[in-house]
Amino acid sequence: MNKYLFYPGCSMESSAKAYMESLNTILEPLELSFEEIEDWNCCGATEYLGINLIPAYSLIARNLALASNQMNPMNGTGATHTIVAPCSACYLNLAKADHYMQERPSLGAKVNQALEAGGLHYTPGTLDVRHLIDILVYDVGVEKIRSKVVHPLTGLHVAPYMGCMLPRPDYKHRWSDHEHPTELVDVLRALGADVIDYPLTTECCGGHMTQIGPETAFELIRRLVADADDRGADLMATVCPMCQMNIDAYQNEMNHFFGTDYHIPVLFFTQLMGLAFGREPEELGIGAELVSARNALAHIGVEVPVTQEPAGPRKKSEGLPMPRRLNKHEGKEVVK
Amino acid sequence: MPQMTDERVRAGLTREEDLSLLHEVSVKTAGVSHLEMCIQCGTCGGSCPAARDMDHTPRMLFAMLRAGMREEVLRSNTPWICVSCYHCVVRCPQEVHIADVMYTLKGMAIKANLFSDSTAPHFSQTFVDMVESYGRSFEFGLASRHYLRHFPLRLPGMMPMGIGMLTKGRMALTPKRIKKMDQLTAILNKAKTLELTS
Repeated sequence: MNKYLFYPGCSMESSAKAYMESLNTILEPLELSFEEIEDWNCCGATEYLGINLIPAYSLIARNLALASNQMNPMNGTGATHTIVAPCSACYLNLAKADHYMQERPSLGAKVNQALEAGGLHYTPGTLDVRHLIDILVYDVGVEKIRSKVVHPLTGLHVAPYMGCMLPRPDYKHRWSDHEHPTELVDVLRALGADVIDYPLTTECCGGHMTQIGPETAFELIRRLVADADDRGADLMATVCPMCQMNIDAYQNEMNHFFGTDYHIPVLFFTQLMGLAFGREPEELGIGAELVSARNALAHIGVEVPVTQEPAGPRKKSEGLPMPRRLNKHEGKEVVK
Repeated sequence: MPQMTDERVRAGLTREEDLSLLHEVSVKTAGVSHLEMCIQCGTCGGSCPAARDMDHTPRMLFAMLRAGMREEVLRSNTPWICVSCYHCVVRCPQEVHIADVMYTLKGMAIKANLFSDSTAPHFSQTFVDMVESYGRSFEFGLASRHYLRHFPLRLPGMMPMGIGMLTKGRMALTPKRIKKMDQLTAILNKAKTLELTS
């Protein structure tokens, strides 16, 4: 049993519940034990850093301080100084705070001054901050993953989408490449999936731009979805709650914006692992995605039970031209 | 003190060199920013997936910093369009912490109250308010507050998505709160009195 400290991050309890549910099913077969950091707080995502620097880093560092306190009782059983995050944004924030507190001692000192107000302290470098897929590939190993597969995903065309904040900026040189990393491809291949070539694998999903500058975000989502579609993907596999949320939940709005009709489901890679390990779709949160994966999974004989679908927007009639709001890019570029 | 050197006069430059803005931004940025090392190669702008929506490419913005154009820099939408994808960061030959410089510029623009479109600063601030109240992010509160204020026209089109998120149990109607909220508040209050100065 390999023991790790676990930082779930806020979305694992809400928008990415399916990620958490499916993650829970693969821990035992892979002999992993995750201990949640007691009373962890939000990492601040990409928002706090732009508002106020020292509070933003202190918010992140409280988690690191709690984790370093918690690792002491876990002695003797292996990689206890490793903190695992399943979300790329959380992973980057934790890694960033640890790294910059070391690189810039004055930042480290100020953050610790703030932590002391809460009776905490963190010595940068104490913890190894790693992402879930890093643990699966480099600690568990692809061979072990392959050995647990009972239902290979043969015939399922998967676009491996790593997203941007995982392989970059890569302070500790953990990844095979910054722009075309192979970790996710290796895991999906071990599951028997037909992994398609997907050069956009580390392009951005739009991040918070879906909230503040939707036109910018829609174009980024369109590129990812269109390319996956062009290359014959049945679905995309992702490693990050924010990527899943943006490409899944905003795909419909993006289609409306560009007048396109893409339908590319986005699943967490752990959901595909669960399926390959013989779990049922219901145990893996499959069906929680807004762009349904039912048809894609039917290709490989997986039946997803029908859940109550929310009523979609009414189909616009093609007949009468209706007035509509002009958008910023209209006339600038025609995109199909 | 900045000097009007003979070289600058011969080059036809009419202002004395003033690097104080460049240094201020560099000092306020987490880590060692390497901002002073920018060689204006343009790799950043060429790597940027969102550059077409920016007022200035990162390269141009850094030239403006060096030229001391404080107001123009803080009015630029560039830091707000940056999606933090770190493409420029890993490609920059001078290892400038470009994404972190963008965070610094956002903070400075908010303080100076110069950036005219309030959508992005308000979103960040609303997010931070939620975190400072509960210790966790609260998507439903954040989304409803943000969309009502800034994108009321998007709401009808977003109803199916919102309902989908709710019925599929992907968005809670009530926030989660950490246990030691007092501790977090004490830490953040102390942190707000501190600034990076060296």
